[in-house]
Amino acid sequence: MTDLLAIGTRKGLWLARSEDDRRSWTLDGPHLLAQEVAAVCVDTRRPTPRLLAGIQYGHWGPTVMWSDDLGGTWNETDSGAIRFPEDTGAALERVWQLRPDSAGRPDVVWAGCEPHSLWRSTDGGCSFTLVRGHWDHPHRPEWQPGGGGGAVHTILPDPASDRVTIAMSGGGVYVSDDGGARWEPRNRGISAVFMPEPAPEYGQCVHKVAVDAAGPDTMVAQNHFGVFRTEDAGRHWSSIAGGLPADFGFPIATSPSTPGTAWVVPLVADMQRVPPGGRLRVQRTRDAGATWTEGGEGLPDAAWTAVMRDAFCVDEGDPTGVYLGTRDGCVYASADEGDSFTLVADHLPDVLVVRAVRLP
Amino acid sequence: MTVQVVLPGVLADLAGGAKHLDVDPAGTTLADVLDALAERHPSLGRRLRDETGRVRRFVNVYVDGDDVRFADGLATTVRDGAEVQVLPSIAGG
Repeated sequence: MTDLLAIGTRKGLWLARSEDDRRSWTLDGPHLLAQEVAAVCVDTRRPTPRLLAGIQYGHWGPTVMWSDDLGGTWNETDSGAIRFPEDTGAALERVWQLRPDSAGRPDVVWAGCEPHSLWRSTDGGCSFTLVRGHWDHPHRPEWQPGGGGGAVHTILPDPASDRVTIAMSGGGVYVSDDGGARWEPRNRGISAVFMPEPAPEYGQCVHKVAVDAAGPDTMVAQNHFGVFRTEDAGRHWSSIAGGLPADFGFPIATSPSTPGTAWVVPLVADMQRVPPGGRLRVQRTRDAGATWTEGGEGLPDAAWTAVMRDAFCVDEGDPTGVYLGTRDGCVYASADEGDSFTLVADHLPDVLVVRAVRLP
Repeated sequence: MTVQVVLPGVLADLAGGAKHLDVDPAGTTLADVLDALAERHPSLGRRLRDETGRVRRFVNVYVDGDDVRFADGLATTVRDGAEVQVLPSIAGG
């Protein structure tokens, strides 16, 4: 058993491996040096795992690359994996999210991109088709960009149905029950402190959404101020931020096996966006947000940095592994559900994304 | 007509390792030159222009030494035997 942690940064990709159940790590890289890697995933549904990276060449534009030998060699589609149709008049700015679908749809991979767009691949991520039902949505003119740009950054396909849930900054949560043809906003209860109407139907800046282990209707969201939970597939959201030292942050993650368990990384906001008091810590709930407990022995006390929305993830181990990367290039791993962390890497470029998988 | 395209070293691999390429465009504009280049080397073509056809923000193109941004952009006339040079602009950090 190998635990593999893919680390995407502003200047390349690193791969960390652990052969001793996540107690120690070796670092391999850089791969794709000098390319921004804002999205990465490891698709373990294939006979050999496929590493997919959403990259930005800097001067030369964005695309998706893939490796079927864990970074040894890289491939890309000559004409570009993601190209806006001519009639849209749009051009790809950045790939924000790469998400394999379920085991039952083994060649389907989703991509979330800037400008706000959702893409679907049926060839394992080599080429993508724009989801027109989302692109042509009448709300589009009102989806405003946040500080990092305007994008689909969260894609949650339901393995048991055609439902797809996405989140956008800004725009909020939208759900399609027919695989992407029709979309409706589901943000009731989620605040939008930057808009004159405090509870709009859409337009929220939902930073990240994760599905609870209880099932697809139960989700949690880290918002641009506020942490929320729904038990009816987003039709109603309730605050679960009580007890947190700050309700702002970017990532949120859930246990893949234990209902009601989730983690966030609070930041002081709006302007500072650093850990409270500079102490980098995670907050964990085991009771669906009723209470939160600080974790993070081994995390630094003077860390005037931040954790981006995708620079945080969990694995499928038991106990669950928790991983985070910081804007000052440090990566930490926890093998005990966030109680304590060990340093995996430091002095990397800004960490934009981490993804962990267990390989046989 | 034939135009010589000069590439920076970082892009040469996408053109089979060549930094100097002879291109035979269908017309007389820079857009025609880049179209012909992209037809032969698609991966190179999309590094220079996005899918709308615009030259990427941090890519500079010179025709016979003149920056096309101060000429007619993609409509800049290219003569037979001209040199079209591609250079990365000042960017990054």
